[in-house]
Amino acid sequence: MTERTLTPVLTRRWAAPKSWTIDTYTRLDGYTALRTALAADPDRLIQLIKDSGLRGRGGAGFPTGMKWGFIPQAKPGEQPTGPAAKPTYLVINADEGEPGTCKDVPLMMADPHSLVEGCIITAYAIRAHRCFIYVRGEVVHCLRRVHNAVNEAYAAGYLGKNILGSGFDLDIVVHAGAGAYEAGEETALLNSLEGFRAEPRLKPPFPATSGLYAAPTVVNNVETICTVPYIVNGGSEWFRMMGREKSPGPKIYSISGHVQRPGQYEAPLGTTLRELLELAGGTKGELKFWTPGGSSTPLLTAKHLDVPLDFEGAAEAGSMLGTTAVMVFNTTVSVPWAVMKWTEFYEHESCGKCTPCREGTYWLTQILQRMVRKEGTPSDVETMLDVCDNIFGRSFCALGDGAVSPIRSGIKYFRQEFLDLCAQQPGQHKQAVLSGSAR
Amino acid sequence: MSVAAQTSGGDTRPVPEDHVRLTIDGREVDAPKGELIIRTCERLGIIVPRFCDHPLLDPVAACRQCLVEVEMGGRPMPKPQPSCAVTVADGMVVKTQHTSAVADKAQQGVMELLLINHPLDCPICDKGGECPLQNQALSNGRADSRFVDTKRTFAKPIAISSQVLLDRERCVLCARCTRFSEQIAGDAFIDMLERGPGQQVGVAADKPFQSYFSGNTIQICPVGALTSAAYRFRSRPFDLVSTRGVCEHCASGCAIRTDWRRGIVLRRLAGHDPQVNQEWNCDKGRFAFVYATANDRITQPLVRESIGGDLKPASWTEALETAAQGLLGAKNTGVGVLPGGRLTMEDAYAYAKFARVALGTNDIDFRARPHSAEELDFLAAHVVGVTPDNGGVTYDELSAAPAVLCVAFEPEEESPIVYLRLRRAARDRGMRVWHLGQFTTPAVRRTFGTLLRVLPGSEPEALDALEPEVREALSKQGAVLLVGERAAEVPGLYTAVARVAADTGARLAWVPRRAGERGALEAGAVPTLLPGGRLVTDDVARAEVERAWGVTLPSRPGRDTAGILAAAAAGQLGGLVIGGVDPFDLPDPRLAEQALSRARFVLSLEMRPSAVTQAADVVLPIVPPVEKSGSYLDWEGRRREFGTTIRSVTASVPDCRVLDSLGIEMDVDLFTQTPAAAWAGYTALGTYRNIKRDTSRHTGRQVPGKDTVPEVGEGRVLLATWRRLLDNGSMQVGEPHLAATARPAVALLSETTAADLGVDLGGRVTVSTQRGSITLPVAAADLPPGVVWLPGNSGPATVRRSLGVGHGAVVTVRSGNGGSSKTAWGRHS
Repeated sequence: MTERTLTPVLTRRWAAPKSWTIDTYTRLDGYTALRTALAADPDRLIQLIKDSGLRGRGGAGFPTGMKWGFIPQAKPGEQPTGPAAKPTYLVINADEGEPGTCKDVPLMMADPHSLVEGCIITAYAIRAHRCFIYVRGEVVHCLRRVHNAVNEAYAAGYLGKNILGSGFDLDIVVHAGAGAYEAGEETALLNSLEGFRAEPRLKPPFPATSGLYAAPTVVNNVETICTVPYIVNGGSEWFRMMGREKSPGPKIYSISGHVQRPGQYEAPLGTTLRELLELAGGTKGELKFWTPGGSSTPLLTAKHLDVPLDFEGAAEAGSMLGTTAVMVFNTTVSVPWAVMKWTEFYEHESCGKCTPCREGTYWLTQILQRMVRKEGTPSDVETMLDVCDNIFGRSFCALGDGAVSPIRSGIKYFRQEFLDLCAQQPGQHKQAVLSGSAR
Repeated sequence: MSVAAQTSGGDTRPVPEDHVRLTIDGREVDAPKGELIIRTCERLGIIVPRFCDHPLLDPVAACRQCLVEVEMGGRPMPKPQPSCAVTVADGMVVKTQHTSAVADKAQQGVMELLLINHPLDCPICDKGGECPLQNQALSNGRADSRFVDTKRTFAKPIAISSQVLLDRERCVLCARCTRFSEQIAGDAFIDMLERGPGQQVGVAADKPFQSYFSGNTIQICPVGALTSAAYRFRSRPFDLVSTRGVCEHCASGCAIRTDWRRGIVLRRLAGHDPQVNQEWNCDKGRFAFVYATANDRITQPLVRESIGGDLKPASWTEALETAAQGLLGAKNTGVGVLPGGRLTMEDAYAYAKFARVALGTNDIDFRARPHSAEELDFLAAHVVGVTPDNGGVTYDELSAAPAVLCVAFEPEEESPIVYLRLRRAARDRGMRVWHLGQFTTPAVRRTFGTLLRVLPGSEPEALDALEPEVREALSKQGAVLLVGERAAEVPGLYTAVARVAADTGARLAWVPRRAGERGALEAGAVPTLLPGGRLVTDDVARAEVERAWGVTLPSRPGRDTAGILAAAAAGQLGGLVIGGVDPFDLPDPRLAEQALSRARFVLSLEMRPSAVTQAADVVLPIVPPVEKSGSYLDWEGRRREFGTTIRSVTASVPDCRVLDSLGIEMDVDLFTQTPAAAWAGYTALGTYRNIKRDTSRHTGRQVPGKDTVPEVGEGRVLLATWRRLLDNGSMQVGEPHLAATARPAVALLSETTAADLGVDLGGRVTVSTQRGSITLPVAAADLPPGVVWLPGNSGPATVRRSLGVGHGAVVTVRSGNGGSSKTAWGRHS
């Protein structure tokens, strides 16, 4: 079972000694896809990725080839006008920050050259000559690895002018973010990269026509880009052999929490939690609830052990695939407490631009903290659900939607736990009216 | 814009070109492509609540208050959409809170969230009673709040400038103020700090909100988060009477709203006039109004006693008699009239008529500033009689111009609304702006402009040698050449400007600094022109005026301001009639002082004491604009009419009334008892049909009457100077909060010049002429070598008064305080 489930593609070099060096990488077929790609027509590459069915690994699952195809390209022999006349940029979202998610950082730590190679191929396909890798600033060790890999690639002639004699030029800039969860939203990331506050931008215009410095830009997740060289080498048919019809390919599931062997497990999309738990040596204690893709995806319960974890399967179960950050919690964990911690996170990370997210997370955090202090009332549960309703789909970007996911799903599956906390309230519920507002 | 709103049922008329047809709340409507849903709703009379939305700012969709349900192609969009950021589309179906329970709940939800942290201090909040949050909380909010937890608190308020106070607790973080600063004013002194619930508006530690336009942020703040130090806690909006008016400070012509109570003006706001100031004004126009109620207002006529020589209060009868006798006695030797540049058109007409009819002279000149005969020729040839109705450049045309060249004109300092238009057009449309000047001023940067750097005084040569790129841009259809009144300080500059305009086909517009100058020109308050642009020397034109006025008029041009002063100082003039003129504004203040002391009879029409008062034999009190009706012509030549806001409670009357009464004492009838009568007299004449556009003098290449570069060296440098918007002007008195937002009074030198002169940048310099000196802190700027820049009238830098010279003169610069004598400085306009 285990042998069949694991599909080490992205992770296959991880165990090699000094896997992060260019020597190891090239010894293990590194930079071979690049030669193939540079000999191909860029449009053919875009078509290849479209055919492979690769979907974004950052959480939303947008078809990667389609995203590349949105970049306006000048028609052959014609003077480019409009956005096509501007430079095109490739931006790599390496600002991994979703709670529970731990796939991009290990990937860049263990195999940074696959990212570099993926960047070069992607840039060539979308005709970009400048690529930015926006790395979460806190992971300094990872930042160093990526910097080093880029330097090695320059030294080896994989970056810079006239790469491998192809006439194609590419420069990669590794940029350290300053630690904002919101900077993981693609337009906020672009703002941050330009030196502004990490606030999401109004869309349209979309990054494909007006992204970084108002020029056509592709923003892709690290894992997505790392997958590209393998598709170039293996072909779309090979890629589609893994995973499911609408969600093909392998995926790094990062499993954390109450399991015997937490870590990164690369398996085909559509793998179930039951299978993942087998890989991870089973749970510690009795499974109570879990998230399929980070705290922004509605939590699931032991009833959902056989939900296929791909974009469709997770959605059908009322959740989302997200970043495949599987957080497993056993029966020792209080759902209201966990939900409170997550909500505190969202309050801390809300950028503040829009009202529902800024004020809503502020309010929900206080209600949850009060409930965990056993000072809540049953009406607080209803109030929370209604406030969540006023945030979900009303906020500027998806952070607000993500922030209410744990609360709504927590109450959906574990409402009694919230009510029990209210019942434990010492004495009569003191009318909290004006307790704070009169300060 | 068509507002063809039908009740649903399928309009069969074709959709107009560039329009789309959509349905809002069941009503079919045609809307221009690109219109935002919220605007289309407004046109239908459907008001969607909003905070961050502002029609003159880019959409941001941050507050989420204006959410509506939108259906496209028969499919409802999954989430409610912000109507302030989504544009209309064909076949779109919009459901606002009136027809959609989802939109209604979304709006109520957002309102509740906005209120959880909003303090309940409406009873003491300046905004209470005119507050969009208050109003919309009532119209679109829940009756009660479910929030029982702890509100966010901040220290309140913090002064983000001396004038603007920020109460962060009240802020709903709509970002209108920060977007205004960044997008409209271009001086982003304020920005969002921190994030999430801790997000707040703030300033950098060492940079207060020192914007000329900061008051607009107070006006567009949808809550009481931004208040002004001047108005805070002064009044409730519902106790105020609002009167529409026109700003008297500059030639931008802003519509204003004056809010007053029991005869006292409490605040002024920008009025709404899409063709002129849109919804903005500058801080001077907003806050500088207390001069009208200053303690030293002259409230009754004053007559100088023959014994003792003191000015003593007198009755109007006595004062008018004395004045009439004095003027009649001086008439034979001649009387000069200096009405000043701040009059309404009606008052200027009264002066123009008074000079000709009562005094029989053309010795009248409104220009209380450096001026030239060349300027008069230029104005007669290119400016007088030009209005938006007959082909004059307008604000909207300026906004649509492909390119603009500013000459002797610093738009942000001298006509702030022109500056806002330039910035907007440059930002939104990529209009090219060139500035012929000495250094990269904030306005050069903020209009995305290009500086054409020249030595002060060498502007004409630079114009003759414009780069082909600039010439080409100016040759494009609709390009505009803006020239400021300071061109008169440089011989040959007006001529060169006219020549460039003729060569390239660029349209010309003259932007004076003072509000009354353009009107005074039309009214004939100049030595060469009668009302309506009639040349004094044109027999036919003069005859028209003679017929209307029933008098014979002198046919020779009179003296200009300098000529009048020189003649008076030489004892050749018997009398002077002086309106709102400050002698220290004149090209040679010392000559003005001599003229005042030599003239046998000096009549002053003033509101507050000035240097003229000390020399006046009779002072007749006149009212400030707020206490009279009238009109200004803005730089476009557009008439900006206003009514009386507050009835004067003093003995003061408008200038035209004073002159009319004085005329009666002198046995002539001016028929200018009221501004309305004066206007009727002016319009009876009308603008002359055959204004002689004598441009001959401006076509030939004129070499300025001096060597191009005066001798420089040995600490001698060229002076560049112009005035700042906020300075020592007498109409800015009594408003310390405003004064403290003025740009600091510093001298500017280039780094190389400073090194050559041994001047320590960051230290102090003394700039001097034989007449006097000015000592100021000095900073670096990208001036040409050998040039020092001084603010014209800021703090100790009173250039004309202290140095007796102006732009283009040679001055001496020494490091340090230079043992300078104390430079007296006062406030004058």
